[in-house]
Amino acid sequence: MTSFTDGEWHRLHPLTPLLRGGIAFVAILGFFLYNLRDILIEEFFGARSGESEPLVWLYESEYFVLALIAIAVGLAVVIVGYYLAWKMNTFRITDEVVEVRSGIVFRRNRKGRLDRIQGINIGRPFLARLLGAARLEVNVAGQDANIKLDYLSSSAADELRGEILVLASGTRIAAAAAQEPAAGGPVRLLDQRVAELLAPELDPNLAPPESVVQMHTGRLIGSLLLSGFSVFVLALIGGIIWGVAATGSYLFLIGVLPALIGTGSFYITRFTRSLRYSIAGTPDGVRIGFGLLSTSNETLPPGRVHSVQVTQPLLWRPSGWWEIKVNRASTSSAKGAAGQANTTILPVGNVDDVRKVLALVLPGLTDDASVELLTRGMLSKGGDDGFVNSPRRSRVWLWFSWRRNGFALLPGAVVLRQGAIWRQLTIVPQARMQSVALQQGPLFRALRLASVKVHTVAGPIVPSLGGIDADEATRFFREVADAAIVSSTADTSHRWRSSENAPPLPVLPEAAPPVSAPPVAAPPVAAPPAPSQNPDGVGA
Amino acid sequence: MTNRLDLPEITWHRVSPRYIAVDVVGGLVFALIVVGAGAAVAYFTGLTWLWIVVAAVALVFVIALALTPRRVRSIGYQLRDDDVLFRRGILYQRFVAVPYGRMQLVDINRGPLDRALGLSELKFVTAAAATGVVIPGLAEADAEELRDRLVALAESRRAGL
Repeated sequence: MTSFTDGEWHRLHPLTPLLRGGIAFVAILGFFLYNLRDILIEEFFGARSGESEPLVWLYESEYFVLALIAIAVGLAVVIVGYYLAWKMNTFRITDEVVEVRSGIVFRRNRKGRLDRIQGINIGRPFLARLLGAARLEVNVAGQDANIKLDYLSSSAADELRGEILVLASGTRIAAAAAQEPAAGGPVRLLDQRVAELLAPELDPNLAPPESVVQMHTGRLIGSLLLSGFSVFVLALIGGIIWGVAATGSYLFLIGVLPALIGTGSFYITRFTRSLRYSIAGTPDGVRIGFGLLSTSNETLPPGRVHSVQVTQPLLWRPSGWWEIKVNRASTSSAKGAAGQANTTILPVGNVDDVRKVLALVLPGLTDDASVELLTRGMLSKGGDDGFVNSPRRSRVWLWFSWRRNGFALLPGAVVLRQGAIWRQLTIVPQARMQSVALQQGPLFRALRLASVKVHTVAGPIVPSLGGIDADEATRFFREVADAAIVSSTADTSHRWRSSENAPPLPVLPEAAPPVSAPPVAAPPVAAPPAPSQNPDGVGA
Repeated sequence: MTNRLDLPEITWHRVSPRYIAVDVVGGLVFALIVVGAGAAVAYFTGLTWLWIVVAAVALVFVIALALTPRRVRSIGYQLRDDDVLFRRGILYQRFVAVPYGRMQLVDINRGPLDRALGLSELKFVTAAAATGVVIPGLAEADAEELRDRLVALAESRRAGL
């Protein structure tokens, strides 16, 4: 198979039109077959079953031939259209960008920079899986910034994902080529399909097994049942029983029947979509995969996680389950497991799972002290446990959680802990912070408290902490503001392998001459002096 | 007021006092529209309690306008070696630190009043919407110089997202 990353233009899988139009094709075909059945039965047996099917009516009318021609022409137009669309839809991957051209009348060209890739998603809807095809989506930072390659052949998609990530990682293509495994001998097509269908969702060769977090089926069911939705359903059922008992009439049971069926199907879809869930650490990022019939997996390259939040819904507390969400700079069109937003990277897991996943998404925080601190961040009731917690006077504002409400600064990350009833722990890698804020309103001023906020890209997590002692908050603000500069200067994760076989990037230039009138005490600058590329501001 | 937040080591650059006029006129126009609309509704419906609401709203506007000079004086910024510090607010204080490398773009806006008084508003945009650093009331030339300098600084410290 030719490599897609040679910088030339390539076409998508030939079955793409069928797969894209998939459901519609099947539905139309089904409609025709169903109606033709009546006609055929009548032809051969002289018996009539259907009464007023449109096709039967058409068959008997004088316009039959005309209609047949119309259908044939329509079909031809559709087929030619799809063929042209396929022909015009090309993509290429160079060392710098991935680029897609598409459209017959309205041409569209989309280019994404490889070093801005936030994730690569491979989806295999059931029909596509049967035919050995997969949909690859490259997510670049930004809203709706997805470059879709649908569809590619299944194995090509996996290969291409690996190659794009290698290119994006900053290794040179020559080195990358040497890493590629030799292709096996020719395999018979059918065998290959069956093997692909039966293969485990996560290729065991892809990731070291100790890094893999699987979701236990029992826990999956438990987490579904112990959800806010279940509480709602129980309340509804209680209401119905009460209604029946009060009125003595079963009549309105009929009214809620559709709702009950809907509820059941909701649980079943969530369940099947979350089956075979796994998170694994591959050399080029964290891979999240799931699905029984339709499968989907996503790879987050290193340094693409802008913040992480570990939360525990109240109902999960007895069983000790947690959920992990992340903020990312891109929005993928693919859904996460269970149809949740794909920012939920661990839908349910115990403390051990959480530890493993945190080690995967925050590889800088795997030393014992950090792991211990993060565990205390989840489980501790508060007190003197390594976190700078709210003072006692803040209980006016934080009734129950003041003991737990606090922050800690780890090397390379900011940790915020909140909530005694709904416990949550937010971790923001310093290299990904956009800015930091310190705020105080009248109530907090009266109590000598303040709140701090860490700004990250938009997502489900808003890292902020209120009710901190004003002096501590000011210290937090100063230290985090300095740490953000040091970390982001030292950070190379947007080209995460660039240090491996390329000379390290030139150290960032020393600070430009003081910009504003009186020079103030400068924060320690991480980079040693280096030739300045930009000695003066342009307008200086 | 010892409870107030402060960063004593920072010498803040303040914005032009002319911006007070811009802020007062803008606030006044808004207040007149809101109070006028409320009063009109109250007049035509003849509801007494609505008059009270309108009066209360008017009072809030008067207080806010009276505090405008102090609010404008509270706005400050400081360009440090690697980041820009920004503060504003008296009742609700807010301090923000944005590293230059995080700046995605710098906007200059000029409203009609700003233009009449030769002022500009500078806005920093990072990948986080919440950053919200807007420095109003800069002299036009200063704003453009500041923008160019910030862009140059951001370029020399560019980092990944």
